[in-house]
Amino acid sequence: MIIKFKLDGKEVSVDAEPNELLLNVLRDKLGVKAPKYSCGIGECGACTVLLDGEPVLSCLTLAVDANGKEVITAAGIEEEYAALISKAFSEEGAVQCGYCSPGFAVMSYLLLREKKNLSEEKVREFLRGNLCRCTGYVNIIKAVLKASEVMGGK
Amino acid sequence: MSSLNRMNTRILPTSFNYYEPRTIDEALKLLSELSPEVRILAGGTDLIVKMKARQVEPKNIINIKRIEGLRYITEEKGKIKIGALATWRDLEKSWQISKKIPALFDAISVMGSVQVRSMATIAGNLCNASPAADSAPPLLVHGAIVKASSIRGTREIPLDKFFLSPGKTILMPDEIVVEIEIPVPPQRSSSAFLKLSRTAMDLAKASAAAYLEVEDGKVVDAKIALGAVAPRPVRSLSAEAELIGKPATEETFSLASRQVVKDISPIDDIRSTASYRKKVSPILVEDALKLAFSRIRGELG
Repeated sequence: MIIKFKLDGKEVSVDAEPNELLLNVLRDKLGVKAPKYSCGIGECGACTVLLDGEPVLSCLTLAVDANGKEVITAAGIEEEYAALISKAFSEEGAVQCGYCSPGFAVMSYLLLREKKNLSEEKVREFLRGNLCRCTGYVNIIKAVLKASEVMGGK
Repeated sequence: MSSLNRMNTRILPTSFNYYEPRTIDEALKLLSELSPEVRILAGGTDLIVKMKARQVEPKNIINIKRIEGLRYITEEKGKIKIGALATWRDLEKSWQISKKIPALFDAISVMGSVQVRSMATIAGNLCNASPAADSAPPLLVHGAIVKASSIRGTREIPLDKFFLSPGKTILMPDEIVVEIEIPVPPQRSSSAFLKLSRTAMDLAKASAAAYLEVEDGKVVDAKIALGAVAPRPVRSLSAEAELIGKPATEETFSLASRQVVKDISPIDDIRSTASYRKKVSPILVEDALKLAFSRIRGELG
Protein backbone atom coordinates (compact mmCIF):
# COMPACT_ATOMS: atom_id res chain seq x y z
CA MET A 1 0.00 0.00 0.00
CA ILE A 2 1.04 3.62 -0.53
CA ILE A 3 1.84 5.30 2.74
CA LYS A 4 2.45 8.99 3.33
CA PHE A 5 4.19 10.61 6.24
CA LYS A 6 6.34 13.57 7.22
CA LEU A 7 9.99 12.52 7.27
CA ASP A 8 12.49 14.93 8.81
CA GLY A 9 10.26 17.84 7.86
CA LYS A 10 9.38 16.73 4.30
CA GLU A 11 6.23 14.97 3.12
CA VAL A 12 7.09 11.60 1.58
CA SER A 13 5.05 8.91 -0.07
CA VAL A 14 6.25 5.34 -0.56
CA ASP A 15 4.91 1.91 -1.46
CA ALA A 16 5.29 -0.46 1.51
CA GLU A 17 4.06 -3.99 2.17
CA PRO A 18 2.45 -4.67 5.57
CA ASN A 19 5.39 -6.89 6.54
CA GLU A 20 7.99 -4.21 5.81
CA LEU A 21 9.69 -2.61 8.78
CA LEU A 22 10.01 1.14 9.15
CA LEU A 23 13.80 0.92 9.45
CA ASN A 24 14.17 -0.89 6.13
CA VAL A 25 11.77 1.44 4.32
CA LEU A 26 13.64 4.48 5.66
CA ARG A 27 17.06 3.14 4.69
CA ASP A 28 16.41 1.15 1.52
CA LYS A 29 13.46 2.93 -0.10
CA LEU A 30 13.79 6.50 1.13
CA GLY A 31 17.59 6.66 1.38
CA VAL A 32 17.66 7.95 4.95
CA LYS A 33 20.70 6.23 6.42
CA ALA A 34 20.79 7.83 9.88
CA PRO A 35 18.88 5.07 11.74
CA LYS A 36 21.00 1.93 11.89
CA TYR A 37 20.22 -1.78 11.89
CA SER A 38 22.07 -3.53 14.68
CA CYS A 39 20.47 -6.09 17.00
CA GLY A 40 17.06 -6.29 15.34
CA ILE A 41 15.33 -7.32 18.57
CA GLY A 42 14.91 -4.10 20.49
CA GLU A 43 17.96 -4.29 22.72
CA CYS A 44 20.39 -1.74 21.31
CA GLY A 45 18.58 1.47 20.30
CA ALA A 46 20.63 2.11 17.12
CA CYS A 47 17.42 2.28 15.04
CA THR A 48 15.64 4.78 17.33
CA VAL A 49 13.47 7.40 15.60
CA LEU A 50 10.71 9.68 16.88
CA LEU A 51 7.24 8.70 15.69
CA ASP A 52 4.84 11.56 16.41
CA GLY A 53 7.35 12.69 19.04
CA GLU A 54 7.65 9.33 20.79
CA PRO A 55 10.89 7.35 20.71
CA VAL A 56 10.37 4.03 18.92
CA LEU A 57 12.62 1.26 17.66
CA SER A 58 12.15 1.40 13.89
CA CYS A 59 13.35 -2.22 13.53
CA LEU A 60 10.27 -3.36 15.50
CA THR A 61 7.79 -0.94 13.91
CA LEU A 62 5.78 -1.72 10.81
CA ALA A 63 6.28 0.90 8.10
CA VAL A 64 2.48 1.17 7.72
CA ASP A 65 2.37 2.42 11.32
CA ALA A 66 4.03 5.63 10.14
CA ASN A 67 1.20 6.35 7.69
CA GLY A 68 -0.14 9.86 8.33
CA LYS A 69 2.37 10.50 11.10
CA GLU A 70 5.64 12.36 11.56
CA VAL A 71 8.99 10.57 11.66
CA ILE A 72 12.14 12.32 12.89
CA THR A 73 15.52 10.61 12.49
CA ALA A 74 18.91 11.84 13.70
CA ALA A 75 19.15 13.67 10.36
CA GLY A 76 16.03 15.66 11.13
CA ILE A 77 16.77 16.97 14.61
CA GLU A 78 16.02 20.71 14.98
CA GLU A 79 19.09 22.68 13.94
CA GLU A 80 19.70 24.36 17.28
CA TYR A 81 19.71 21.00 19.09
CA ALA A 82 21.65 19.22 16.35
CA ALA A 83 24.43 21.80 16.56
CA LEU A 84 24.49 21.63 20.33
CA ILE A 85 24.54 17.82 20.46
CA SER A 86 27.20 17.36 17.77
CA LYS A 87 29.44 20.01 19.37
CA ALA A 88 29.13 18.44 22.84
CA PHE A 89 29.61 14.90 21.49
CA SER A 90 32.75 15.83 19.54
CA GLU A 91 34.25 17.91 22.36
CA GLU A 92 33.73 15.14 24.91
CA GLY A 93 34.93 12.32 22.66
CA ALA A 94 31.48 10.71 22.77
CA VAL A 95 31.77 9.34 19.23
CA GLN A 96 34.21 6.64 18.20
CA CYS A 97 33.02 4.34 15.42
CA GLY A 98 29.78 6.32 15.27
CA TYR A 99 27.39 3.48 14.52
CA CYS A 100 25.34 4.00 17.69
CA SER A 101 25.52 7.81 17.53
CA PRO A 102 22.29 8.48 15.58
CA GLY A 103 20.32 6.54 18.21
CA PHE A 104 22.03 8.41 21.04
CA ALA A 105 21.48 11.71 19.21
CA VAL A 106 17.72 11.12 18.87
CA MET A 107 17.38 10.16 22.54
CA SER A 108 19.57 13.07 23.68
CA TYR A 109 17.46 15.47 21.61
CA LEU A 110 14.27 14.15 23.19
CA LEU A 111 15.73 14.34 26.69
CA LEU A 112 17.14 17.86 26.24
CA ARG A 113 13.78 19.02 24.87
CA GLU A 114 11.80 17.42 27.71
CA LYS A 115 13.93 18.26 30.74
CA LYS A 116 16.13 21.10 31.93
CA ASN A 117 19.02 20.83 34.40
CA LEU A 118 19.71 17.17 33.87
CA SER A 119 21.35 15.02 36.52
CA GLU A 120 23.80 12.27 35.62
CA GLU A 121 21.36 9.72 37.01
CA LYS A 122 18.56 10.96 34.76
CA VAL A 123 20.79 10.86 31.68
CA ARG A 124 21.94 7.31 32.45
CA GLU A 125 18.37 6.17 33.05
CA PHE A 126 17.10 7.77 29.84
CA LEU A 127 19.87 6.40 27.64
CA ARG A 128 19.96 2.90 29.06
CA GLY A 129 18.25 1.48 25.97
CA ASN A 130 21.17 2.56 23.75
CA LEU A 131 24.24 0.38 23.54
CA CYS A 132 27.74 1.56 22.60
CA ARG A 133 30.65 -0.85 22.19
CA CYS A 134 33.38 1.78 21.91
CA THR A 135 33.14 4.65 24.34
CA GLY A 136 32.23 2.98 27.61
CA TYR A 137 29.39 5.51 27.93
CA VAL A 138 31.20 7.93 30.27
CA ASN A 139 31.94 10.46 27.55
CA ILE A 140 28.43 10.17 26.12
CA ILE A 141 26.94 10.97 29.53
CA LYS A 142 29.36 13.90 29.91
CA ALA A 143 28.40 15.21 26.48
CA VAL A 144 24.67 15.20 27.20
CA LEU A 145 25.25 16.89 30.57
CA LYS A 146 27.39 19.50 28.84
CA ALA A 147 24.70 20.14 26.22
CA SER A 148 22.17 20.51 29.03
CA GLU A 149 24.41 23.04 30.81
CA VAL A 150 24.90 25.05 27.62
CA MET A 151 21.13 25.11 27.11
CA GLY A 152 20.49 26.07 30.71
CA GLY A 153 22.98 28.93 30.39
CA LYS A 154 20.99 30.56 27.58
CA MET B 1 13.02 -26.51 5.83
CA SER B 2 16.12 -27.21 7.91
CA SER B 3 18.02 -24.59 5.96
CA LEU B 4 15.63 -21.86 7.12
CA ASN B 5 17.50 -19.00 8.71
CA ARG B 6 15.76 -18.46 12.03
CA MET B 7 18.27 -15.94 13.29
CA ASN B 8 17.85 -13.23 10.66
CA THR B 9 16.27 -10.35 12.48
CA ARG B 10 16.51 -7.71 9.76
CA ILE B 11 13.19 -8.43 8.09
CA LEU B 12 9.83 -10.02 8.76
CA PRO B 13 10.34 -13.15 6.67
CA THR B 14 6.68 -14.07 6.16
CA SER B 15 3.74 -12.17 4.79
CA PHE B 16 0.32 -11.87 6.38
CA ASN B 17 -3.04 -10.29 5.79
CA TYR B 18 -3.07 -6.95 7.52
CA TYR B 19 -6.03 -5.18 9.11
CA GLU B 20 -6.19 -1.74 10.67
CA PRO B 21 -9.61 -1.30 12.30
CA ARG B 22 -10.62 2.20 13.43
CA THR B 23 -13.22 1.17 16.00
CA ILE B 24 -13.39 -1.51 18.65
CA ASP B 25 -16.55 -2.97 17.05
CA GLU B 26 -14.76 -3.32 13.74
CA ALA B 27 -11.85 -5.04 15.53
CA LEU B 28 -14.13 -7.49 17.37
CA LYS B 29 -15.91 -8.42 14.14
CA LEU B 30 -12.60 -9.05 12.38
CA LEU B 31 -11.35 -11.05 15.33
CA SER B 32 -14.41 -13.32 15.37
CA GLU B 33 -14.09 -13.94 11.62
CA LEU B 34 -10.33 -14.59 11.63
CA SER B 35 -9.74 -16.38 14.95
CA PRO B 36 -7.86 -18.48 15.79
CA GLU B 37 -5.47 -17.77 12.86
CA VAL B 38 -4.85 -14.21 13.97
CA ARG B 39 -2.64 -12.15 16.25
CA ILE B 40 -3.36 -8.73 17.70
CA LEU B 41 -0.62 -6.15 17.28
CA ALA B 42 -0.26 -3.23 19.69
CA GLY B 43 3.23 -2.19 20.86
CA GLY B 44 4.90 -4.97 18.88
CA THR B 45 7.87 -5.36 21.24
CA ASP B 46 7.01 -9.02 21.82
CA LEU B 47 5.08 -10.03 18.71
CA ILE B 48 7.38 -8.52 16.06
CA VAL B 49 10.47 -10.01 17.74
CA LYS B 50 8.81 -13.46 17.72
CA MET B 51 7.72 -13.04 14.10
CA LYS B 52 11.26 -12.11 13.04
CA ALA B 53 12.59 -15.33 14.56
CA ARG B 54 9.63 -17.29 13.09
CA GLN B 55 8.51 -18.41 16.53
CA VAL B 56 5.06 -17.31 15.43
CA GLU B 57 3.90 -16.94 11.84
CA PRO B 58 0.39 -15.50 11.96
CA LYS B 59 -1.76 -15.57 8.83
CA ASN B 60 -3.57 -12.44 9.91
CA ILE B 61 -2.53 -9.40 11.90
CA ILE B 62 -5.00 -6.97 13.42
CA ASN B 63 -3.19 -3.75 14.30
CA ILE B 64 -5.31 -2.11 17.02
CA LYS B 65 -3.15 0.99 17.42
CA ARG B 66 -5.40 3.18 15.29
CA ILE B 67 -8.53 2.49 17.33
CA GLU B 68 -9.69 5.75 18.88
CA GLY B 69 -10.31 6.00 22.60
CA LEU B 70 -8.31 3.05 23.93
CA ARG B 71 -5.33 5.05 25.17
CA TYR B 72 -6.22 6.51 28.55
CA ILE B 73 -5.59 6.42 32.29
CA THR B 74 -8.55 7.76 34.25
CA GLU B 75 -9.97 7.57 37.73
CA GLU B 76 -13.68 7.29 38.43
CA LYS B 77 -15.78 5.92 41.28
CA GLY B 78 -12.81 4.62 43.22
CA LYS B 79 -11.29 2.81 40.25
CA ILE B 80 -8.24 3.58 38.15
CA LYS B 81 -8.93 2.55 34.56
CA ILE B 82 -6.16 1.85 32.08
CA GLY B 83 -7.07 1.60 28.41
CA ALA B 84 -5.67 -1.25 26.31
CA LEU B 85 -3.42 1.11 24.33
CA ALA B 86 -1.91 2.94 27.32
CA THR B 87 1.85 2.50 27.14
CA TRP B 88 4.28 1.96 29.99
CA ARG B 89 5.52 5.50 29.45
CA ASP B 90 1.98 6.88 29.70
CA LEU B 91 1.71 5.16 33.09
CA GLU B 92 5.16 6.36 34.14
CA LYS B 93 3.99 9.95 33.56
CA SER B 94 0.67 9.49 35.34
CA TRP B 95 0.48 10.92 38.88
CA GLN B 96 -2.30 8.47 39.73
CA ILE B 97 0.02 5.53 39.21
CA SER B 98 3.04 6.98 41.03
CA LYS B 99 0.92 8.18 43.98
CA LYS B 100 -1.64 5.41 44.31
CA ILE B 101 -0.20 2.23 42.79
CA PRO B 102 3.44 2.43 43.95
CA ALA B 103 4.26 -1.22 43.17
CA LEU B 104 3.28 -0.70 39.53
CA PHE B 105 5.35 2.47 39.39
CA ASP B 106 8.33 0.51 40.78
CA ALA B 107 7.84 -2.07 38.01
CA ILE B 108 7.68 0.59 35.31
CA SER B 109 10.94 2.18 36.41
CA VAL B 110 12.80 -1.13 36.12
CA MET B 111 11.11 -2.35 32.90
CA GLY B 112 13.01 -2.07 29.65
CA SER B 113 14.30 1.09 27.99
CA VAL B 114 12.54 4.40 27.37
CA GLN B 115 11.98 3.25 23.78
CA VAL B 116 10.37 -0.04 24.81
CA ARG B 117 8.26 1.75 27.44
CA SER B 118 7.08 4.17 24.73
CA MET B 119 5.95 1.32 22.48
CA ALA B 120 4.80 -1.48 24.78
CA THR B 121 1.36 -1.51 26.40
CA ILE B 122 0.53 -2.85 29.86
CA ALA B 123 -2.34 -4.86 28.38
CA GLY B 124 0.10 -6.46 25.93
CA ASN B 125 2.46 -7.37 28.77
CA LEU B 126 -0.40 -9.24 30.48
CA CYS B 127 -1.66 -10.92 27.27
CA ASN B 128 1.83 -12.13 26.45
CA ALA B 129 1.52 -14.11 29.73
CA SER B 130 5.22 -14.39 30.47
CA PRO B 131 5.74 -15.82 33.98
CA ALA B 132 8.28 -12.99 34.36
CA ALA B 133 5.97 -10.15 33.20
CA ASP B 134 6.94 -7.12 35.28
CA SER B 135 3.43 -5.68 35.40
CA ALA B 136 1.83 -8.88 36.72
CA PRO B 137 2.90 -9.06 40.41
CA PRO B 138 2.02 -5.38 41.10
CA LEU B 139 -1.36 -5.70 39.39
CA LEU B 140 -2.04 -8.99 41.22
CA VAL B 141 -1.44 -7.48 44.66
CA HIS B 142 -3.60 -4.50 43.76
CA GLY B 143 -6.52 -6.75 42.83
CA ALA B 144 -6.66 -5.71 39.17
CA ILE B 145 -9.50 -6.80 36.90
CA VAL B 146 -9.06 -7.40 33.19
CA LYS B 147 -11.97 -6.45 30.93
CA ALA B 148 -12.14 -8.56 27.78
CA SER B 149 -14.51 -7.97 24.86
CA SER B 150 -15.72 -10.08 21.97
CA ILE B 151 -18.76 -9.81 19.70
CA ARG B 152 -20.55 -11.76 22.43
CA GLY B 153 -20.05 -8.98 24.97
CA THR B 154 -17.61 -7.88 27.65
CA ARG B 155 -16.58 -9.85 30.73
CA GLU B 156 -14.49 -9.04 33.76
CA ILE B 157 -11.69 -11.41 34.70
CA PRO B 158 -9.88 -11.06 38.05
CA LEU B 159 -6.17 -11.04 37.25
CA ASP B 160 -5.51 -14.05 39.51
CA LYS B 161 -7.67 -16.11 37.14
CA PHE B 162 -6.16 -14.64 33.97
CA PHE B 163 -2.84 -16.51 33.56
CA LEU B 164 -2.83 -20.24 32.81
CA SER B 165 0.70 -21.23 31.77
CA PRO B 166 3.68 -19.66 29.96
CA GLY B 167 2.19 -17.70 27.04
CA LYS B 168 -1.37 -18.84 27.80
CA THR B 169 -4.17 -16.75 29.23
CA ILE B 170 -7.82 -17.55 29.89
CA LEU B 171 -8.84 -15.32 26.94
CA MET B 172 -10.91 -16.97 24.22
CA PRO B 173 -9.43 -16.70 20.69
CA ASP B 174 -11.99 -14.04 19.74
CA GLU B 175 -11.51 -11.91 22.85
CA ILE B 176 -9.45 -8.78 23.24
CA VAL B 177 -8.45 -6.94 26.41
CA VAL B 178 -10.01 -3.48 26.35
CA GLU B 179 -9.30 -2.20 29.85
CA ILE B 180 -7.51 -2.94 33.11
CA GLU B 181 -9.21 -1.74 36.25
CA ILE B 182 -7.47 -1.23 39.61
CA PRO B 183 -9.36 -0.31 42.79
CA VAL B 184 -7.99 2.87 44.39
CA PRO B 185 -6.34 1.58 47.57
CA PRO B 186 -7.49 2.95 50.94
CA GLN B 187 -5.46 5.28 53.18
CA ARG B 188 -2.89 3.57 55.40
CA SER B 189 -1.99 1.19 52.62
CA SER B 190 0.96 0.98 50.28
CA SER B 191 2.77 -1.44 48.02
CA ALA B 192 6.17 -2.17 46.51
CA PHE B 193 7.75 -4.26 43.77
CA LEU B 194 11.30 -5.59 43.58
CA LYS B 195 13.02 -7.48 40.80
CA LEU B 196 16.26 -9.38 40.45
CA SER B 197 17.75 -9.42 36.96
CA ARG B 198 21.14 -9.31 35.30
CA THR B 199 20.53 -5.74 34.19
CA ALA B 200 17.35 -3.73 34.66
CA MET B 201 16.71 -4.08 30.92
CA ASP B 202 16.68 -7.84 31.26
CA LEU B 203 13.81 -10.13 32.21
CA ALA B 204 13.48 -11.03 35.88
CA LYS B 205 15.21 -14.01 37.48
CA ALA B 206 12.64 -13.49 40.22
CA SER B 207 10.34 -10.65 41.21
CA ALA B 208 7.95 -9.92 44.05
CA ALA B 209 5.23 -7.43 44.91
CA ALA B 210 3.72 -6.75 48.31
CA TYR B 211 0.59 -4.83 49.27
CA LEU B 212 -0.06 -3.90 52.90
CA GLU B 213 -2.91 -2.21 54.71
CA VAL B 214 -2.15 -1.31 58.32
CA GLU B 215 -4.44 -0.03 61.08
CA ASP B 216 -3.36 0.69 64.66
CA GLY B 217 -0.12 -1.18 64.09
CA LYS B 218 -1.89 -4.28 62.79
CA VAL B 219 -1.90 -5.71 59.28
CA VAL B 220 -5.57 -5.66 58.20
CA ASP B 221 -4.99 -6.69 54.59
CA ALA B 222 -2.01 -8.05 52.70
CA LYS B 223 -1.34 -9.45 49.27
CA ILE B 224 1.85 -11.03 47.97
CA ALA B 225 2.63 -11.99 44.38
CA LEU B 226 5.73 -13.32 42.65
CA GLY B 227 7.03 -13.47 39.10
CA ALA B 228 9.39 -15.86 37.25
CA VAL B 229 9.17 -18.53 39.98
CA ALA B 230 6.21 -20.56 38.67
CA PRO B 231 4.62 -21.30 35.26
CA ARG B 232 2.63 -18.11 35.71
CA PRO B 233 2.74 -15.04 37.96
CA VAL B 234 1.38 -16.29 41.31
CA ARG B 235 -0.12 -15.03 44.55
CA SER B 236 1.29 -16.43 47.79
CA LEU B 237 -1.80 -17.12 49.88
CA SER B 238 0.32 -18.89 52.51
CA ALA B 239 2.36 -15.74 53.15
CA GLU B 240 -0.76 -13.57 53.10
CA ALA B 241 -2.40 -15.76 55.77
CA GLU B 242 0.64 -15.26 58.01
CA LEU B 243 0.36 -11.47 57.70
CA ILE B 244 -3.31 -10.65 58.14
CA GLY B 245 -4.22 -9.89 61.75
CA LYS B 246 -0.59 -9.82 62.91
CA PRO B 247 1.29 -6.80 64.22
CA ALA B 248 3.06 -4.90 61.45
CA THR B 249 6.62 -5.64 62.54
CA GLU B 250 9.77 -6.80 60.82
CA GLU B 251 9.44 -10.11 62.65
CA THR B 252 5.99 -10.70 61.15
CA PHE B 253 7.29 -9.83 57.67
CA SER B 254 10.23 -12.17 58.05
CA LEU B 255 8.13 -15.12 59.28
CA ALA B 256 5.44 -14.60 56.64
CA SER B 257 7.90 -14.27 53.76
CA ARG B 258 9.33 -17.72 54.55
CA GLN B 259 5.92 -19.16 53.63
CA VAL B 260 6.22 -18.18 49.96
CA VAL B 261 8.19 -21.32 49.07
CA LYS B 262 4.94 -23.28 49.53
CA ASP B 263 3.33 -21.42 46.64
CA ILE B 264 6.11 -21.35 44.07
CA SER B 265 7.56 -23.98 41.73
CA PRO B 266 10.61 -22.47 40.09
CA ILE B 267 12.62 -24.11 37.30
CA ASP B 268 16.17 -23.95 35.95
CA ASP B 269 16.39 -21.86 32.78
CA ILE B 270 18.79 -19.53 30.97
CA ARG B 271 18.26 -16.75 33.52
CA SER B 272 18.58 -18.59 36.81
CA THR B 273 18.19 -21.86 38.68
CA ALA B 274 15.36 -23.35 40.71
CA SER B 275 17.48 -23.50 43.85
CA TYR B 276 18.58 -19.85 43.62
CA ARG B 277 15.02 -18.74 42.94
CA LYS B 278 13.79 -20.65 46.00
CA LYS B 279 16.39 -18.95 48.15
CA VAL B 280 15.83 -15.40 46.95
CA SER B 281 12.03 -15.42 46.77
CA PRO B 282 11.46 -15.08 50.55
CA ILE B 283 14.14 -12.37 50.73
CA LEU B 284 12.56 -10.39 47.89
CA VAL B 285 9.15 -10.67 49.54
CA GLU B 286 10.51 -9.59 52.91
CA ASP B 287 12.24 -6.58 51.36
CA ALA B 288 9.09 -5.66 49.42
CA LEU B 289 7.02 -5.85 52.62
CA LYS B 290 9.51 -3.64 54.47
CA LEU B 291 9.52 -1.14 51.61
CA ALA B 292 5.71 -1.03 51.44
CA PHE B 293 5.52 -0.57 55.23
CA SER B 294 8.10 2.22 55.20
CA ARG B 295 5.97 3.95 52.58
CA ILE B 296 2.90 3.67 54.80
CA ARG B 297 4.79 5.13 57.74
CA GLY B 298 6.16 7.89 55.57
CA GLU B 299 2.63 8.84 54.58
CA LEU B 300 1.33 8.71 58.15
CA GLY B 301 4.28 10.59 59.59
